[in-house]
Amino acid sequence: MGSNAPTLRVEDLKTHFFTKAGVVKAVDNVSFSVDRAQILGLVGESGSGKTVTGFSILGLVDAPGRVVGGRIEFNGEDIANADEGRMQTLRGNRIAMIFQDPMMTLNPVLRVETQMMETVLAHQKVDRKTARQRARDALGQVGIPSPDERLAAYPHQFSGGMRQRVAIAIALLNDPDLIIADEPTTALDVTIQAQILFEAQKLCRERGTAMIWITHDLAVIAGLADKVCVMYAGRIVEAGAIDEVLDHPVHPYTRGLIGSVPSRNRRGVPLYQIPGMTPALLNLPPGCAFRERCPQADGACMAEPGLSVPFDGRAVRCFHPHLEAGA
Amino acid sequence: MSLPATQGAPNGALMELHGLSKRFVKTLDLAGKLASKLGSSIREETVYALDGVNMTVAKGEVVGLVGESGCGKSTLGRIVAGILEPTEGQMYYEGRHVATLEPAEAKAVALKVQMIFQDPFASLNPRMRVRDIVGEAPLVHGLVSSDEFEGYVDDVLGRCGLDASYKRRYPHQFSGGQRQRIGIARALAVRPDFIVCDEAVAALDVSIQAQILNLFIKLREELGLTYLFISHDLGVVEHISDRVYIMYLGRIVETAPTEDLFAAPNHPYTKALLREVPRLETRHSKFLPIEGEIPSPLEPPRGCHFHPRCPHATARCREEVPVLREIAPGRESACHLNDEA
Ligand SMILES: Nc1ncnc2c1ncn2[C@@H]1O[C@H](COP(=O)(O)OP(=O)(O)OP(=O)(O)O)[C@@H](O)[C@H]1O
Ligand SMILES: Nc1ncnc2c1ncn2[C@@H]1O[C@H](COP(=O)(O)OP(=O)(O)OP(=O)(O)O)[C@@H](O)[C@H]1O
Ligand code: SF4
Ligand code: SF4
Ligand SMILES: [Mg+2]
Ligand SMILES: [Mg+2]
Repeated sequence: MGSNAPTLRVEDLKTHFFTKAGVVKAVDNVSFSVDRAQILGLVGESGSGKTVTGFSILGLVDAPGRVVGGRIEFNGEDIANADEGRMQTLRGNRIAMIFQDPMMTLNPVLRVETQMMETVLAHQKVDRKTARQRARDALGQVGIPSPDERLAAYPHQFSGGMRQRVAIAIALLNDPDLIIADEPTTALDVTIQAQILFEAQKLCRERGTAMIWITHDLAVIAGLADKVCVMYAGRIVEAGAIDEVLDHPVHPYTRGLIGSVPSRNRRGVPLYQIPGMTPALLNLPPGCAFRERCPQADGACMAEPGLSVPFDGRAVRCFHPHLEAGA
Repeated sequence: MSLPATQGAPNGALMELHGLSKRFVKTLDLAGKLASKLGSSIREETVYALDGVNMTVAKGEVVGLVGESGCGKSTLGRIVAGILEPTEGQMYYEGRHVATLEPAEAKAVALKVQMIFQDPFASLNPRMRVRDIVGEAPLVHGLVSSDEFEGYVDDVLGRCGLDASYKRRYPHQFSGGQRQRIGIARALAVRPDFIVCDEAVAALDVSIQAQILNLFIKLREELGLTYLFISHDLGVVEHISDRVYIMYLGRIVETAPTEDLFAAPNHPYTKALLREVPRLETRHSKFLPIEGEIPSPLEPPRGCHFHPRCPHATARCREEVPVLREIAPGRESACHLNDEA
């Protein structure tokens, strides 16, 4: 591993779906990097391309979708074009993904113990006893009480929150370098969510795991992430350090998003509403994809804005970024 | 009925609940019965979903109901909306004991209380057009005549931010936010006074969530509606509610005006809950989970339900149920710690 190289570097990633109705540019020229022990928040509304970005990194995009361009460097190795054998070695071992629905990870007909031990044994040369011990420890780590008894249970014998914790425990098993977490706490209570965020943070600090935390909840990212990428219609529209982006957003979409979160200082006051709806990605009209909902839109926005760096540490895709407050 | 009337509405409450409990008994199927006869440990299971809930909702008030998954929020909401019968306890609507009403009166009350659900798709009939989803109930209940029908539906849709030209479409032709608006329009169409919103914005993107929350606030102002707003999102509840009830494992543990509750929570559970609310203003948090697992409603702990996870639990907490009592004007909490003060 290169000493200062980021754990993951994504450059100009393009993942498109070639459907009968046309080309869906689900991920279009997306670039970001994540260092060791860093948490990157990937935020955006439903359909903005967050999950497809995660799937692309893991080599999980299925037909009619395909990664059609860009580089994905993992520990210095370009894996965008790696073969399935190589990806299988990496998945579940060096790179793990936690899904919104834990049943994407869990096999309903296998005992938790069996699944967890298989995950360990597939990638590590250890005996069954050690594998079982690892499984047990991982369950304890995510706060599952009586892990010894729980190992023998089937997924359906757990509550939704517990099932998600088991899926997270499986992701932790082989001590991966990168974890991609796709809205894993959206369906959970704040107290359970806090427990999972606590584990994520600990992992990052203690083992130097790099993390991509996908969510549509800015408040979760605020407390957890070091930096943030805001996605809109398949593109990153704003990126920077978490405090700076939240305190001085410059892209009109980011500004709208922050304004629409209920906040303690504005109780009962109408929330800011971003007008209109998320555009359909199929055959997006030319120009800025946010054009029809943007209060700043003008003639210039009929062309497509590129990514610019208005000041140090910030990237934005807009012809008229809001700069007074941020510069 | 003079006695319940005065008991039920001491201060002009629109809705009042007294000692409401709900138990679900999961009866055994045939195989289970056999196994049980043969000495297996399979038994009938009782879920203690609600345990002695008292609640008052004043006319025009927005009351938030918060608690962890499975604590009984939806069960309470469904009882209030008349969809479910309580096992014990009484419910008063405008001072009248609901269970003792004449059928005609009961029906009128049922129409006055409407419910809006989390999943706007599952709760709308996919084979019905929007105009029928919204207009059917008012027509059936004689709230509008067939001449007025089209105009009435247009009106209700307009109030909810939906264009009248959408009337002939089916639910699957709408986005999540629009479907939730249809759900709201359907509830409003029967001219309710009281709306139970059960996780009504949970499934929506923040930008759409903001639109729906603003719509709730606007409708309240225009129509003088009263809401019971159920959510596990404390940020949303704080934004919209005048007063909040905190529930833990079937019991109300604290209630207070929203500002007081968020500024100075009293109950150890409320404190733990508020500490964990993710907020835009809170950066680089040190997350600290509440110790312990959420106990099962199949076997609620003795004494205070929160004692297995409470950092202040004493021997008394393990035996004696703390009662919900006033700790300051308008504030109630159920914790033994308040006795020492
Ligand atoms: N198999 C597919 N065929 C065609 N289009 C697809 C396919 N899978 C995803 N897409 C499209 O790609 C876009 C991005 O989807 P993605 O699942 O990444 O969104 P997301 O940001 O994760 O949203 P959510 O918050 O709802 O999970 C969407 O417009 C979606 O419709
Ligand atoms: N029809 C039923 N039969 C048996 N048990 C039930 C039934 N409905 C609810 N329960 C149980 O009652 C308890 C309370 O459920 P309820 O749906 O009211 O919780 P909730 O607070 O709304 O949770 P969530 O936040 O997950 O929606 C749960 O343990 C649930 O499993
Ligand atoms: S490029 Fe134009 S339309 Fe797009 S976000 Fe910027 S101002 Fe708005
Ligand atoms: S009654 Fe006891 S266990 Fe319950 S919240 Fe109060 S101190 Fe904690
Ligand atoms: Mg997704
Ligand atoms: Mg519920």
